Amino acid sequence: MITALLIFFPILGSLLLLLLKGESVKKIALLLVLVEFAISIAAALRFVPASGTQFLLDIPWIPAYGIHLKAGIDGISLLLVLLTTVLVPLIILSTFQRNFKNPAAFYALLLFMQAGLIGVFVALDGFLFYVSWEIALIPIYFISAIWGDENRVNVTFKFFVYTIFGSLLMLIAIIYLYLQTPGTHTYDLQAFYDLNLTLSQQTFVFWAFFIAFAIKMPIFPLHTWQPDTYTSAPAAGTMLLAGIMLKMGIYGAIRWLMPISPMAWSQNSYIIIDLCILGVVYGAIIAMVQNDMKRLVAYSSLSHVGLIAAGAFSGNLNGLQGAMIQMISHGINVVGMFFVIDIIEQKTGSRFLRDLGGMATKAKTLSICFMIILLGSVALPFTNGFIGEFLLLKSMNDINIWYGAIAGLTIILGAVYMFRMYQKSMLGELNSLTEKMTDLKWNEKLVLFTIVFLIIIIGVYPQPILEVSKYASADLLDLIHSREY
Amino acid sequence: MFELVWLVPLLPLLGFAINGLGFKIIPKSLAGIIGSAAVIGSFILSLILLNNLADSTVKSFTINLFTWFSVGDLSINLSFLYDPLSALMLLIITGIGSLIHIYSIGYMSHDPGYGKFFAYLNLFVFFMLLLVLGSNFLVMFIGWEGVGLCSYLLIGFWFKNQSYASAAKKAFVMNRIGDLGFLLGIFLIFNTFGSLEYSVVFSSLQSFASGNPILTTITILLFIGACGKSAQIPLHTWLPDAMAGPTPVSALIHAATMVTAGIYMIARSNALFNLTPLTMEIIAGIGLATAVLGALIALIQTDIKKVLAYSTVSQLGYMFLALGVGAYSAGVFHLMTHAFFKALLFLGAGSVIHAMSNEQDMRNMGGLKKKLPITYLTMLIGTLAISGIPPFSGFFSKDEILAHVYEFSPVMWGIAVTIAFITAFYMFRLMFLTFFSDFRGTESQKSHLHESPFSMTMPLIILAILSFAGGFLNIPEIFGGNHLLSSFLNPVLNTESHVLNLSHETEYLLMAVSVIGVLISIGFAFYTYVNRATLPAADIETQPALSKISFHKFYLDEFYELIISKPLRALSTMLFEFVDKAGIDGLINGTGKSVVFGGKYLRYLQSGSIGFYILIMVIGVAAMFIFSFIRF
Repeated sequence: MITALLIFFPILGSLLLLLLKGESVKKIALLLVLVEFAISIAAALRFVPASGTQFLLDIPWIPAYGIHLKAGIDGISLLLVLLTTVLVPLIILSTFQRNFKNPAAFYALLLFMQAGLIGVFVALDGFLFYVSWEIALIPIYFISAIWGDENRVNVTFKFFVYTIFGSLLMLIAIIYLYLQTPGTHTYDLQAFYDLNLTLSQQTFVFWAFFIAFAIKMPIFPLHTWQPDTYTSAPAAGTMLLAGIMLKMGIYGAIRWLMPISPMAWSQNSYIIIDLCILGVVYGAIIAMVQNDMKRLVAYSSLSHVGLIAAGAFSGNLNGLQGAMIQMISHGINVVGMFFVIDIIEQKTGSRFLRDLGGMATKAKTLSICFMIILLGSVALPFTNGFIGEFLLLKSMNDINIWYGAIAGLTIILGAVYMFRMYQKSMLGELNSLTEKMTDLKWNEKLVLFTIVFLIIIIGVYPQPILEVSKYASADLLDLIHSREY
Repeated sequence: MFELVWLVPLLPLLGFAINGLGFKIIPKSLAGIIGSAAVIGSFILSLILLNNLADSTVKSFTINLFTWFSVGDLSINLSFLYDPLSALMLLIITGIGSLIHIYSIGYMSHDPGYGKFFAYLNLFVFFMLLLVLGSNFLVMFIGWEGVGLCSYLLIGFWFKNQSYASAAKKAFVMNRIGDLGFLLGIFLIFNTFGSLEYSVVFSSLQSFASGNPILTTITILLFIGACGKSAQIPLHTWLPDAMAGPTPVSALIHAATMVTAGIYMIARSNALFNLTPLTMEIIAGIGLATAVLGALIALIQTDIKKVLAYSTVSQLGYMFLALGVGAYSAGVFHLMTHAFFKALLFLGAGSVIHAMSNEQDMRNMGGLKKKLPITYLTMLIGTLAISGIPPFSGFFSKDEILAHVYEFSPVMWGIAVTIAFITAFYMFRLMFLTFFSDFRGTESQKSHLHESPFSMTMPLIILAILSFAGGFLNIPEIFGGNHLLSSFLNPVLNTESHVLNLSHETEYLLMAVSVIGVLISIGFAFYTYVNRATLPAADIETQPALSKISFHKFYLDEFYELIISKPLRALSTMLFEFVDKAGIDGLINGTGKSVVFGGKYLRYLQSGSIGFYILIMVIGVAAMFIFSFIRF
């Protein structure tokens, strides 16, 4: 029941918003997503980490094709659901100083997308998973294409081509799996797990899924839509993309890709981990000279997500648990980061480092929040980024010390590009542009203080988060490793 | 009692929280008091704890706070270890830290960022305490990274100056290079021993033979970490730039915190390092090389803080040399005496700079001893201590290192003792240029000359007393002493197995050589800078090549820029422009355009109308769906 509520409440909310007009839309949107947040908290409070998938929803949807509305929540799902329900209100709150044209459509799309995201994270049926995936994607096309900057059309087109290519591959894989199921066929995830596919069948499914998920994360070299889209989309869209949507790809890999094709995973995981680590270094190196702050953070995100994906694909517990907690942390930090950039751009008219400087004198609170978010993303101990990065790097190191060392370059390079960005924007003397800078407004404070609070609290006491996904992660790995050969 | 050891780091953390959160409302006068009181409180606690430890027969206490995180068999506790080594470090950090805090009340009184400054100082002390109190390598690592952050915040404290901000960034990045080594070392330790707790790791070493390759790798990785934090070649270049921060920060970084971390780490892990002779030789070699390099650079600098900064580099090299030859307690002893006199010298320099209206160039000073008598006298004591004149503290610690080095290799001793001569020379050069002869500054500077307020001179006086008497804590046998400090540290450092095997005659001889050499050095400095009143040239470019190279710090910054920073930036631009944009994106755009929507007749599809795209997608999806049904 609670699962159904989590999926359908935002859809209803989104329809409701379409009926509204004017200033009140954003407030009602915020109220609605706060209710959604409360529902997720209710689920979390009733959740028992050790007892597998809970709050199971299973009703026939299109029985003729074996399609069920089947969804449930285990520890892995719960963390991502919570990430979504925490971040969406913050993202909506972050837009309170902004006036969009046609606000009802904007916020309705946001809520619609939230439903899709939650659907992806709880679906236990291939068809539902695919539909949710598309429901999450379609609103972001509109958000980028309607409310984005002057390059929005070309950029959204590229994004669209990329993701539709991935979606189609995924659809083919899902239908293929469906057709392999015995009897009257079903899209049930468990049935997919139970298929006895040969290695070559698995390899096909593996790559089809992988490309779809890799585009979403993104993994090098399928990432070139990302910096452009992040740059061109409105801040709220970028936050959704980077904060939550890319986790769909990693989640897909964890929940669908690896357990369904464990033999193919076992054969190909090294190539994938190589690609991920290459992306870690590649993204970090490119981030070092970027001038556009949004693009810089986009490349840093490529780097961070490369490490998360590497850990997820490593198939060891440190890697998977590290990936889980790092998805949460990355989501929080990247939303904070893009919000800070948005604030800067709103107030000075530029987000280019060559135009900025000295803002710490004008906006003390902002500069402190920015610093703490930055520390989170460079993974300083006692910030949320540390535990994840530690576990992920350990999982790399356990494969081979050179993997650890190369992936570990992110520790150094991350400090280089992040502190460069901070120095060029916040430190030094003011100039004519940054003279205009002012400190935070109430809604900005509320968002950034929440983020800073989360960064520190998770950093100091991360165990509850690890505890939530502990059993689910271990079960999943058992499942994968039991069918690896 | 020992369960309360967590109060020691807690107090500075509270100080940080209060000043950090309340920087807008807490009045200036109160901020300094809160900050100082927090550290003084920790110091008093540390004294009480030491008193208890002295009475206790058990010398090691583990205090477990909570499980920080656990994944599978990896379980990390936030727990503390209180034993003689951490007890000593606590006293050094909080003791000298307190004096630096008190000094800052006066020194920073005109600064608008006063409250923030004390918040950062408190945080610095907190992380440093965590570093030395941790009972496992990961807690040490928390502190390790934390002090890196604080050094960033404090070096770049006057952030409006871009070069200061750059110095801060450099410090953080150089430290992070070392941190990566340390982190990899931690992974390897866990995989080898199944735990990161010191007690588990060090007690399971019996099964390892000396020279075990895994242990060698671990120790080398740890040493890379130590190189970053304690400014050893090749990661030393951040430390001299770190003087960009306010002077009390330099004192804190160079004396009580930060740079001592590397020494502490190796001393703490001595059981590991004892089994890896190769690493020990590397440490001794790097330490000696750093000592030489630092001394040669300090010799020619004209900025008073720069001389001190390079002398720190050099003295740290000395400490690593001691560690490398297995004389852990000598290294820790020198760490302590150095903390006294280097804090004194930096704070003294701060007092000079304060009096000189922020002038740092010694060529514009001179004759200050009459105007700044307390600063002069205290700094003189510090200089005598660092030069190793008996019975000042530096004499005992340096002598102990030299004796151990001699036992290890007389050639290295020769080099090390030469460094001692050079040290005496450049330190007295500093003293003579600053305090002797006639005043060379501007008239307006002259009219402002004044001795610093009591809050600044009081710490100087206390530090001077410590710099004078600190050596008595560890008087060697030949002077009728009983190595009090070494015996105190014995439970951790196993000093009894590292006793000197030199005859008393040899020891006396070594001492005599170093003391006489140092006296000659001082005489030479006196002759050059007082009798002949030579001034360092105004334009270094006209000087002999060697001076030029030394003045430019052997061009190492330029070298790193050339071989690392520049190629990396070029690579970055290259990857961005050619691989990312032209290469991958070009390919994808090309494929996208030619395959998916190729053909010029379909060009109108790129109309930019998203609604239309979605329609196409839906049709496409449906088509795929149907197609798959037919095919399978």
